[in-house]
Amino acid sequence: MTSASLAPKTASFAERGAAFVVRWGFIAVTVALIAFFVITEPNFRTVDNVFGMLKFIAPTAIAGLGVMLAITVGGIDLSVGASAGFAVSIAAWTMVIGNQVGGVAIGVVLLGGLLIGGLNAFLIVVARIPDLLATLATSFVIVGLKLLIVDGKSISSQMSLSDGTTAPGKFTADYLWLDRGSLGPVPIPVIIFVAITALLWFILEHTRWGRALYAVGANAEAARLAGIRVQLYRTVAYMGCGLLASIAGLLLGARIGQGDVSAGNSLLLDAVAVALVGVSVLGIGRPNAWGTALGAILIAVMVTGFTMVGLPYYAQDFGKGIVLLIALLFSFTFSRRRTVVTAGSTTSS
Amino acid sequence: MIESSIPEGDDQATLSPVVSLSGVSVAYGSNVVLTDVTLDFFPGRITALLGANGAGKSTLIKALSGANPRYSGDIAVDGTVLHLSSPVLAKAHGISTVHQKVADGIVPGLSIAENVVLDDLANASRHPLRNSKQSLLDARAALATLGLDWPDSLLAQDAARLSISDAQLLVLARALRGTPRLLILDEPTSALTAAEAERLFTVLRALRDTGLSIVYVSHRFGEIEALADRVVVLRDGVVQHSSERPFAWHEILHDMLGRATELEQTRVDVRRGHDVVARVSGVPLLAAAPRLDLEVRTGEVLGILGLIGAGKTELAELLAGLARPASGSLSLGGEPYAPKRPSDALRRGVVLVPEDRQRQALLPGWSVAHNISIPFLKLSSALGTLRGARETARAQQVIDSLGVVTAGPNASIDDLSGGNQQKVVVGRWLSAGPRLALLDEPFRGVDISARREIGGRLKDLVASGDAGVVVFSSDVDEILEVADRIIVLVAGVVELDAYADETDRASIVGAFLGARTRDHSAVPPEGHPK
Repeated sequence: MTSASLAPKTASFAERGAAFVVRWGFIAVTVALIAFFVITEPNFRTVDNVFGMLKFIAPTAIAGLGVMLAITVGGIDLSVGASAGFAVSIAAWTMVIGNQVGGVAIGVVLLGGLLIGGLNAFLIVVARIPDLLATLATSFVIVGLKLLIVDGKSISSQMSLSDGTTAPGKFTADYLWLDRGSLGPVPIPVIIFVAITALLWFILEHTRWGRALYAVGANAEAARLAGIRVQLYRTVAYMGCGLLASIAGLLLGARIGQGDVSAGNSLLLDAVAVALVGVSVLGIGRPNAWGTALGAILIAVMVTGFTMVGLPYYAQDFGKGIVLLIALLFSFTFSRRRTVVTAGSTTSS
Repeated sequence: MIESSIPEGDDQATLSPVVSLSGVSVAYGSNVVLTDVTLDFFPGRITALLGANGAGKSTLIKALSGANPRYSGDIAVDGTVLHLSSPVLAKAHGISTVHQKVADGIVPGLSIAENVVLDDLANASRHPLRNSKQSLLDARAALATLGLDWPDSLLAQDAARLSISDAQLLVLARALRGTPRLLILDEPTSALTAAEAERLFTVLRALRDTGLSIVYVSHRFGEIEALADRVVVLRDGVVQHSSERPFAWHEILHDMLGRATELEQTRVDVRRGHDVVARVSGVPLLAAAPRLDLEVRTGEVLGILGLIGAGKTELAELLAGLARPASGSLSLGGEPYAPKRPSDALRRGVVLVPEDRQRQALLPGWSVAHNISIPFLKLSSALGTLRGARETARAQQVIDSLGVVTAGPNASIDDLSGGNQQKVVVGRWLSAGPRLALLDEPFRGVDISARREIGGRLKDLVASGDAGVVVFSSDVDEILEVADRIIVLVAGVVELDAYADETDRASIVGAFLGARTRDHSAVPPEGHPK
């Protein structure tokens, strides 16, 4: 316990300075980065680029919102990358091999996401496997199942099959619209990203179900004694996470335009990173939707700016890693509030 | 082992104490949990350490066993003052401890022999390579001190396979390695059957006769009567009582349960309840306890008094939907009542203020208002959407009615003192007008003014009409202060059920005592197996 927590009123200048940095640090860094790129790179400040960045980061942000839900109930979900990759291949398989329209593929993928979330919830809530280990295991299962279904191959329109014939279906326009469509100047992925963020923000901050989700994460035993169905809320959170990961996969698949088997591989770390950055934004100390979105935007700005300035692509991971480390320092080390992130903790009923 | 140094001048000519404490105090922050404890432990004597929950027994044991080096005052071994800074050091000076949870002392996956010699694994002066043959020999020697002759084939097995009583013996054998001078046993019989406990007593008596000094912590008076040479009672961190055989049990219980320093007040406001709000019919509270019948009435505060293991928490959990009765039934307001989970109880208007505030009630980092509204979110929302103004108003009501000292409904719960946090928790549960309010040790770690305020709120609640209130406590004075009707629970049996103005402290203590006599007769003092 620090003296600051005992006597907040007599906080020194240094302590108040630290509190200010914890509260505004991320916003300041994001604004500074944007300002830097706006001044140095004329292309950066175009409207196209703004929407381009948001569109680029939408799948990561949406998967990050899923991870945020798991963190909200005191858990973590490491299967979002695998789930998104599964969605990419299954959507392609449904359209190309199954010769279905995009709407059907979307339905199949969303159902699959819910099932994956349900499986995670079962393993964590009923079988009582620690969240970190359960979702790590299911991510292998999901990747493996995907490879079995598509014979280990990336699926593209009019691909030739092993029996020499050509695949009956193709990526349909309604599916590709998910990436290429727009409402006025705003691309569809950006609309989906913002809509999901706003919806989750409203649920978490302004409804009693959101409050109950937070209570489960803050003190599960106290929540249970307060009449909250802890197991039910945990299940809902993991199913929500699976659903969001599959939506991320749908957007990713529509962008790539084929069922790339390696899609989603890099999504997991980015998704977990943006959710954790979200915890530290504004010194809130708990997972929240706008913070997660801001974390995603920060990463988008960084990646786009780095590319424009001409840094090699492999410098991106370094930048992301530093951002994540700083976020974790803010959340765990410098923040006065107790952070509710308990990733890797074993669940108890 | 450190060789014993020359004892300094001691008043007792014949025996000098093995370990003596003088002026030992322990404080956690501003919370003083042990005050100026001065005690001597003599060789060849068994000292029973008694005290209710939170009396400071575990704190004293932690200081003695080196688990809490942050004590003040002096602990001397053989007359030499030492700072017991770690369990290893305490053991090196001959103070050996067997902690209450036997399972925590066993490392599953290691063999029984390795578990016996576990301390060697952490000993830097030992050879780093594990020598199973040597372990086996050492383990056999250690077990022999208890008269145990376990075959090598058994010693090679995984220690996780031992029964709880054999595990208890294993931990004891480990504690006795290196021939300790003082052996501390924390509730060693809590997981044992009567026959297994008797086996342990025989061993302990033999050890005492070899000159070992033993500190024995227990809530079972029969065991203490059968085993101890001296009884020491702690209450509120102070040594309240110390006496030799024959034990004056009435006095011991009085010192353990009451607050003699406070003025006794005669209650003039004792209420008689009217309607039965909840009924327990034929429900055994503990595995071996007889079926219990109990009525909770509206318009009176019922105080249920009992020590650990009396069945208090079990009864509270049954009524709050945390556990289901093994047999028998519950009713609420004349209708059958079988809650499956806390939300069922809540829907019927039954609320529980749980025993452990930090673990079971508080939402850390949340505001006072959000801590209060959590069980009744429906009342603070419309169509699922939370209304902040309703939450704030509800919180302000709680703050006003209980005199919570806080900056306001939006202050963080973390910034409140323990007593004020407890007021918030009690206020939370009473805020929706419960039909039956259960409060498990609501006054623990709470100062006297907070206690008065909570007590007053409970009296207001029953005075206003249809609510029943049950306070569970192990403190006679708390119960005498707050309860209209008093029930003494011992081992799942009602030993007394009377209104506060029809009984007195002596009768209440006597109710515990009556139970003790029976308990005592069940375990013959000279240790013949039943």
